[in-house]
Amino acid sequence: MVPLSYYLVLSVIMFTLGVIGVLVRRNALVIFMCLELMFNAANLAFIAFALFYQNLNGQVFVFFVMTVAAAEVAVGLALMVAIFRTKGNIDVDQVSTLKG
Amino acid sequence: MQLQEIVNTGNFGLAPWIVFLPLIGMLANLLFGRSLGEKASGWIASLASGAAFVVALLLAFSLGANPEGTTVTLGEWIRAGTLNVGWDFRIDTLSVTMMLVVAGVGTLIHIYAIGYMHEDVRHNGDPRRFPRFFVYLNLFIAAMMVLVSADNFLMMFVGWEGVGLCSYLLIGFWFEKGEHGIGNVKAAKKAFVTNRIGDFGLLIAMFIIFWNFGSLQFDAVFEKVPEVAVASPGVLLAITLFMLLGVAGKSAQLPLFVWLPDAMAGPTPVSALIHAATMVTAGVYLVARSHALYVAAPSAQAVVAWVGGLTALFAATIAVGQSDIKKVLAYSTISQLGFMVAAVGMGAFVAGMFHLVTHAFFKALLFLSAGSVIQGMEHGENAAHHAAYRQAAKNKKSADRGAQAFEAGHAGEEQHFDPQDMRNMGGLRSRMKYTYWFYLVGALALAGVFPLAGFFSKDEILVEALHLQPGVFWLLLAAALLTAFYVGRQVWMVFFGTPRSDAAARARENPPVMTVPLGVLAGLAVLGGALNLPGVHSLGKWLEHTIENIPPSEFSFPLAGAALLVALAGLGLAWSVYGREPLPKGFVDPLRRRLGGVFTALEHKWWVDELYDRLVIRPYKRLSAILSDSLDLGFINPLFDGLAAGTASLASFLRRIQNGFVRSYALAVLLGAVAIMAYLLFR
Repeated sequence: MVPLSYYLVLSVIMFTLGVIGVLVRRNALVIFMCLELMFNAANLAFIAFALFYQNLNGQVFVFFVMTVAAAEVAVGLALMVAIFRTKGNIDVDQVSTLKG
Repeated sequence: MQLQEIVNTGNFGLAPWIVFLPLIGMLANLLFGRSLGEKASGWIASLASGAAFVVALLLAFSLGANPEGTTVTLGEWIRAGTLNVGWDFRIDTLSVTMMLVVAGVGTLIHIYAIGYMHEDVRHNGDPRRFPRFFVYLNLFIAAMMVLVSADNFLMMFVGWEGVGLCSYLLIGFWFEKGEHGIGNVKAAKKAFVTNRIGDFGLLIAMFIIFWNFGSLQFDAVFEKVPEVAVASPGVLLAITLFMLLGVAGKSAQLPLFVWLPDAMAGPTPVSALIHAATMVTAGVYLVARSHALYVAAPSAQAVVAWVGGLTALFAATIAVGQSDIKKVLAYSTISQLGFMVAAVGMGAFVAGMFHLVTHAFFKALLFLSAGSVIQGMEHGENAAHHAAYRQAAKNKKSADRGAQAFEAGHAGEEQHFDPQDMRNMGGLRSRMKYTYWFYLVGALALAGVFPLAGFFSKDEILVEALHLQPGVFWLLLAAALLTAFYVGRQVWMVFFGTPRSDAAARARENPPVMTVPLGVLAGLAVLGGALNLPGVHSLGKWLEHTIENIPPSEFSFPLAGAALLVALAGLGLAWSVYGREPLPKGFVDPLRRRLGGVFTALEHKWWVDELYDRLVIRPYKRLSAILSDSLDLGFINPLFDGLAAGTASLASFLRRIQNGFVRSYALAVLLGAVAIMAYLLFR
């Protein structure tokens, strides 16, 4: 059996990649994919812990996360289409008019 | 018999209508006044006031059968802890007497005002303001009814403030007129502020009453007076003296009388109704209502009596030196209020109330007649102006000199003409016959000539004063002499001699809508003495049910004779100074020759306004200036300016964080999450 720490290290790596992607990339679609990466990092951690502790709660949580992520993607993609229609691209740095 | 009783007491239930009826009239004029037209608007207001008078009459009939009266509860107002104040109408002989005077005289003045305001709104150039006058007038009647029918101090205070508000509104009725365009509002403000000083005293008195008696309801308070008088006599003294401050404010007594002469800026019906007959007597009513408190504090009684006596004499002297027809009457009112306050102060409550009633009759009559004179003069002024204009136009046709005459005519017009100045009058006896006779009746009643109303009521006060406060008696007697003198001076200056201006020569009588109420009031001024004839004491017996243990005053022939003699002497003196030969145009007051500097002092009202200016207003302004310059501008302003500037600079720094880039926000979220995690891990 693969030790728990392997799963967790993978999860951390995925999460960190996601964070870096969100922070450094300007393409909204890529940022979205990085967000999904972070979700899945969390899901992986949930499942690993569920297996480790022999507790179903973690698995249930994963389903919730996936549902919410699906909804979020629907909204996010709609936003992106709207942004593209007004700006002609989906560079998030172009969407910076709302500032102090 | 039993049925009769039910019918009689049944009227008591009508009590709240004494307030509601004028309020209905007010609302009608407030909502529809503009579209009703002047006639309808004025008559609705008069009807509302007249209906209140009918209710007062019905209450009086019921009281005749059940003189002990009753209390009609309309509803609860305040219930907090032991404080329990309701909208209770107190029906007893004292309150109903006041109601009859207020509604009766008020109705006559309403009717008179229909005619007077018709001219006044045109003279002042805003006919649309006509209904507003009657809205205020009806509101005043309602507030005054609340004042006199209240069964507790707080409800009375509501009416007390209500009439003060109406007084303010009506003094400033022509708020854009007067000296420099602000004269009238200044007068209104002065009345309001001076009254607030008095109201402050009344409020304090009420607080002390509640603190020591546990109630504000009249009977509950008065029942406990003997108890408190034994336990803490100082409390009663404090209550009565603070209350005196309220009385001095509302009833224009020393030292707070200064607002009343300025209040003459209001239209004349207002001067008659509010500033002569009803509102200013509220103070007298308050003392009579609180007689139980005053009787238990003899030293306060003496103070009240002396304040009244001094005011009576002081104001009477000033009245001698005035040349404005309304100012003379204003100081006369202050002086007569002094008589009443002195009377109720020394414990002669019936005499004070008697004088209140008769004074309401003859002083309202005098003011309304003065209004009639003023309007006659305004007519004369217009007629004179038109005549000069026509003359000038005719001359212009005939010769070049006409241009000069035209200029001259206009120069005369531009010169301000004061239709209230008695020096411009004279000889109005033949021009305004009715007004002359009614004025004469009022003047003689005020002077106290037998058998007019003023004779009996003033005499009763003098009799009581001789017994109760001999010192005050001499003050009042001197005031009575001066009263006869200034009123005689006024009659001779206004009605006798020859006209001293074109306006006076062309003055004309006013329509019946004004002269008929004058006639009714003149009748009352003649017959008013019958209310409390010596020996019969009908008013005394009537009030006995409310004000107990008051011995009826004894009529003394020598004193009555002396008082009459004093009145006649005053009138004779006035004749010898002003009436012996017609006063010429632009004359110097004959008294100035005889009295010299004293007359100047009288003319300037003993410089009381200037004294208050030096003593109160200027130090107050200086203190305000110091506080505003040093404390406000020097400390408080920089403090808050600094706070504001600090917030602004902090904000302008923080706004840089909100740069609109999503990724920097994401970084902030990340750092925040890391910080929280770090805290959770390493705490």
